[in-house]
Formats: sequence, C-alpha cells, structure tokens
Amino acid sequence: MPTVLPTALPTVLSTMLTTREIIVVCGPGGVGKTTTAAAMGVAAVLDHDARVLVLTVDPARRLATALGLEAIGNTETPVPTNAFENANLKPRGELWFAMLDTKKSWDDLVQRHAPDAATAQAIKANPLYDNITGRFVQSHDYIAMERLYEIHLSGRYDLIIVDTPPSRNAIDFLDAPERMADFFSSRFLRWLIAPYRSKFVSMASRPFMQLADRVLGSDFLQQIADFFVLFQTMYDGFVERATAVDRLLHDRRTDFVVVSTLETAPASEASFFIDALTKRGFSLRAIVANKCLPSSLASADAARLARSLLKPGGVDAIAAALDKATAAEPLLESVLVSAAMNFERLAITATKQRDLLRAFERTGAGVTSVPLQLNDVHDIGQLAQLAQSLNPQHL
Amino acid sequence: MLNQLLDHRLLFVTGKGGVGKSTITAGLGLLAAQRGKRVLVAEVDAKGDLGRLFESGPLKFNAREVQPGVFAMAMQTEDSLREYLRVQAKVPFIVKLGPLARTLDFVASAAPGVREILTIGKFAWEVRERHYDLVIVDCAASGHIVSQLNAHRAIDSLVGLGPVKKQTQWMSDILSDPAITGTVVVTTGEEMPVTETLELVAKLRAETEISVSAVMVNRVLPAIFNRDEARVFERLQRPATQKKLGPGGVELVTAAMIADTMRESRSVQMARLTQELEGSVPMVLVPELFRADHGLRALHKIADLIGEEI
Repeated sequence: MPTVLPTALPTVLSTMLTTREIIVVCGPGGVGKTTTAAAMGVAAVLDHDARVLVLTVDPARRLATALGLEAIGNTETPVPTNAFENANLKPRGELWFAMLDTKKSWDDLVQRHAPDAATAQAIKANPLYDNITGRFVQSHDYIAMERLYEIHLSGRYDLIIVDTPPSRNAIDFLDAPERMADFFSSRFLRWLIAPYRSKFVSMASRPFMQLADRVLGSDFLQQIADFFVLFQTMYDGFVERATAVDRLLHDRRTDFVVVSTLETAPASEASFFIDALTKRGFSLRAIVANKCLPSSLASADAARLARSLLKPGGVDAIAAALDKATAAEPLLESVLVSAAMNFERLAITATKQRDLLRAFERTGAGVTSVPLQLNDVHDIGQLAQLAQSLNPQHL
Repeated sequence: MLNQLLDHRLLFVTGKGGVGKSTITAGLGLLAAQRGKRVLVAEVDAKGDLGRLFESGPLKFNAREVQPGVFAMAMQTEDSLREYLRVQAKVPFIVKLGPLARTLDFVASAAPGVREILTIGKFAWEVRERHYDLVIVDCAASGHIVSQLNAHRAIDSLVGLGPVKKQTQWMSDILSDPAITGTVVVTTGEEMPVTETLELVAKLRAETEISVSAVMVNRVLPAIFNRDEARVFERLQRPATQKKLGPGGVELVTAAMIADTMRESRSVQMARLTQELEGSVPMVLVPELFRADHGLRALHKIADLIGEEI
C-alpha cells in the first residue's frame, strides 16, 4: 500500500512550489544544486496535482538512475511511476526531466530564426558555428535561458525548476540574454559586415581594422565576417527573443533560489551571487544551506564532557559510571579520547556553519537548512526525504 | 614521479567545483617557494579565492609578491590582449583599448578560442620567457577545462595562416611536454567528485596534449578507530551506555558516529579512485584541516602537509 509522504512544507519553499511557474536554482559548484532541484521537483509532485519539469544541465548519471531513467537527455522525459512506487510513494502530479543539450538547442534556435532553410543550412555548415555552439562557454548560459523560455511558452508545465549551468562566473547566465541582444545591435558587428554592404569601409574604422587585421589575420576576419553576414539574418528574431527571456526572468512568476554549503569559499561565492541577483532586480526568494551539521553539536553538556575526557585521568572518572564489562575494556580510554576529539572538531565546524547561516539570514531571504546526508542520493525515496528536510530547522 | 611535481614549469590545477582547487593551487605555490623557487600563481575565474587565501586583497593582472617567492595574479583577457599587442605583435602602446576590447569580446563570441588563448597563451609565455621557475594556474572547473587547454588547437583548426597561427606552435611545444607542463586534478573523497575525477582524467588524456601529473585528494579524514577500537565504540553506542556517560554523552557519541561514517564513506570512494586509476597517476593525500579553513595560517598548514607527501 503506497503511502503519501506528507512533505509538509509550510515554508517559503512550499509557497514557491505552489505559486510560481519558474524556479531558478543557482549557486556555486559542488554544493548539491542539481540534487536540490530534483528534490524540489519531487516535493512539488508529491504535494500537488501539477506537471513539473526539472531542467538540468548536469548529466549526473546517478541521479538519472535514481529517478528510474536510462539517462537524462535533451528531450523531456517523465519519471516512470514505478520509480515512485518502488519507494512506496504516490505522487499527485507528474514529474519530468530534461537535460540541456547546447548543440541541439542551438540547431533548433537557428532553424526557428533563420529566414529560410538555405540560410539555416549555411549557418550550420560554417566552421565557426560549431565553435559557437560547442565550445563557447557563455552560449551555454544563453541557450539555457532560451530553452527555458521556449518550454515555458509551450504551457506544457505548471512549474519548471531550472538547475543553472556551471558558469565560469556565476552571474554570466543572468546577463546572457541582454548580452546576446547587445551583440546583435553592436557597432562592431555592423562594421564587420560592412564591406558586404558597400565597398568603402568608413574612414573612422580603418586604423581599427588594420589593428584587428594585424592581430587576427585577414583570412580569419573574413571567415568571421562571412559567418555573421549569415547570422545577421536572424537579428530581429534573436533580439526580440533575448528581450523576452530577460523579461520572463524578471516576471513575478519567476523566483530564484540560491544553494550553498556553509563553508567559507562557497558561502562567499553565494553572497556575491545574492548581491548580483538583488542588484539586477531578480526575485531572490530563498537560500538553501546544504549539508548542515546537526544541532546536537552545539550541546554545552557534550562540550563539557569532551573537555573532561581530554583532561589527564579524565576517562577514569567517567568510566567508573559505566557497566563493568565496558569499563574493563583496555581500549576504552583511546576510544573515549578519540570520540571526544572528534566531537570537538565537528563542534568547531558546526560553530562556523552557524555563523555563515546567520549571515545568510541577514540577507532577508528565507533560509532553509538541509542536514548533512552521509550518503549520496541513490533513489527517489531519498530525494523525497531530502525534500522533507527542506524546511527551516535552524542549527 | 611525485617528487618531480614541483619540477614542472607549468601546472594547471582543475577538478569539480567546491573541492578546494584554489587552496591546493596556493598550497603548492607556497611549498614551491619555500623550496627556493620563484612561483607565479594565477586565478582565471576572478572569484577572488587566491586573494583571500593569501590575505592579499583582490589580485590584478600585474603579478604582485604575496609571500616571499610567491607572485599572484588574476587573469583578465583585456589586459592579456594589451600585453600581447605590446610585446608580441609589436603594436605601439595603446592608450585606449576600448574599441579593440569590444572587438575581442565579439570575436571571442564567434571563435571562443580567442579568449581562451589569451589566457593559456599568457601562462605559456611566462614559461617561455622564464620569468618564473613555476607557474601554477587555478583553472576553470572540470566542465570547461578541456576546451580551455585546447584553445590553441581550436584556433589552429580555424585560422589558416596569419599572426595568431604563428603563436600556436610554440605554445603547443610547451604544453605537450610532460616534463614542462602538467595538470593536477583535485578531488575530495566523496562519491560525485571521485566519479567526476575519473571521467576528467580520461578526458584530459584522450582530448588534450597535456599530461595528467597528479591527482590530489583534499580533505582526507583521519582514521578514528582501528578494528578493536571500533568494537569498543559499538558498546558505547548502546543507548544505556551513552546515558551513563552523563550529560552530553549521547551528543558526544553521535558526533563520533558522524565522523566515523564520513570517514568510512570517503575511504570506500578513495579505494575506488585508487583502483580505477591503477597507479597511472600519482596520488597525493591532503588531510582535512579542522580548525583553519582559509587564510594564510591554513595555507601554511596545507603547504606543510603537501610537503610531507611530495
């Protein structure tokens, strides 16, 4: 008999899951972004009769396996119901996953914006095209936002949760739509393709061209020019689309969640990110502090006990209270000393975590702390448990 | 093999996000300097981690001595272009780089190799000119590193002839020599980073001409109990015994259990890493620092700990 896990999220996160159409999950690398996005997706379909898509960029095979999927690919795929049944869960909604395939998404984009099939073909055949789509790091960011827009527009889902790309600079993807629009309206682009329109390059740009020519070589410049002459045909479609994507990200239906661990480097990166979101006028709704140590480490009694165990002769006094067999263990002293040392080590880490958590709380966004999971997530039940812990229990 | 790690001239430090790449970069740099080398450490993603570790404030493109023998810089493509134009292309000093910087931005959009080559080219150039004994680069996370290290080859395939093309051959000579250049893959003993490390090592070998010089496992946890001690600890975990330890007993034993489980799960992953690498790459283990996790004091400890291993 399948049980419905009451995920009971009376929090900012549950509000988001019910009232928003897009949730963008971002943060530094290695903090559990993808897993958090997946757990939010699971929480949403357990609690609501909704169609939910998690759009990820991280091709984590283990997560795919955990969800009962062969692999997460570019096409939207539903999580099979038996994956939930195996974990004794009965979802009310439908959970879908898709991965971002940059190359494929670019092809779709060109197909859509090119004026005719021949131009689309020529663009795709240009040697620079593969570079843009395959290797160009920031194009990943743009295409993620573009794909999100496309899916949202289709109306196929009640909620889309986006696990953002691992950016070199974490804010790149926020600026990507605007930058793409800037690019197409730039003077440089006009200059680059000018020789096609007229035989005369304007006098003002000549030294500039000479310099670029000297650095890059004229053949290379010509190749670039060829490519952009073709690309230019998609100008209107692109700019319009980039603007629309940017508008959607600023819309009330879109919320942002920052995920971080409570370690110095990721936390400072997350703070930088929080500032960047705020500055750009995005709606930062929640901060998820992942991998938090338990609050029992703050126990003053345990700290006292550890201190007395670490004093010379400290173990004897405490061993006296134990049962005879345990007290007689020759290794008891080394075990208790080791346990006390480990308590102290973890307690220090927990104290530091608490400080960083307070700093997050001061930002005014809803902070949710997720306890440290000692093992990685291997099935949907563990994701559901993780979802349950997405409620504010402070350290 | 390991004692030769610091005899390289150029090391690219990479790995999954969050494993401590910057700490290892800075630690290796400090160690090399302590061993008498003149070292340049560089960050390419401008997150400011190196500056924080050396407590030197934000870094700039122009390297600055942050510890005796350790010079630190932050990569900025515009500055790199300016330097390239001045030194290599012999373009006279340009007061305003504005339009050209924008050109670069857009050309880089079209042919991404351009941006990356200004990064990798800068470091290869520092090596060629022998400005430093060792250049250590805190690189992009695993996802982007391969295209970064292949920038000169990408350019090669795109540009027929011309000044840029001329630049790629000497870079290739420096980058492909395993005695001069190597990558250092940093990981922790957790499942995801280990999996990604194994994939990255394979990918670096298959797709770049740069050799993998070491895998460094960061934050290795110390052994807590040996087998006999573990048996005694089991007795302590009984609820009745925990209570007899007095107030705080339960919490103390719980903490030791967490520490033990964490160590256990990491040692399983480390065993997997060791087994799958099959001794093809030397491994360096860097213990977890419990008290200090950033800043110069932590850095000195890290350098000492790495020094014990290599």
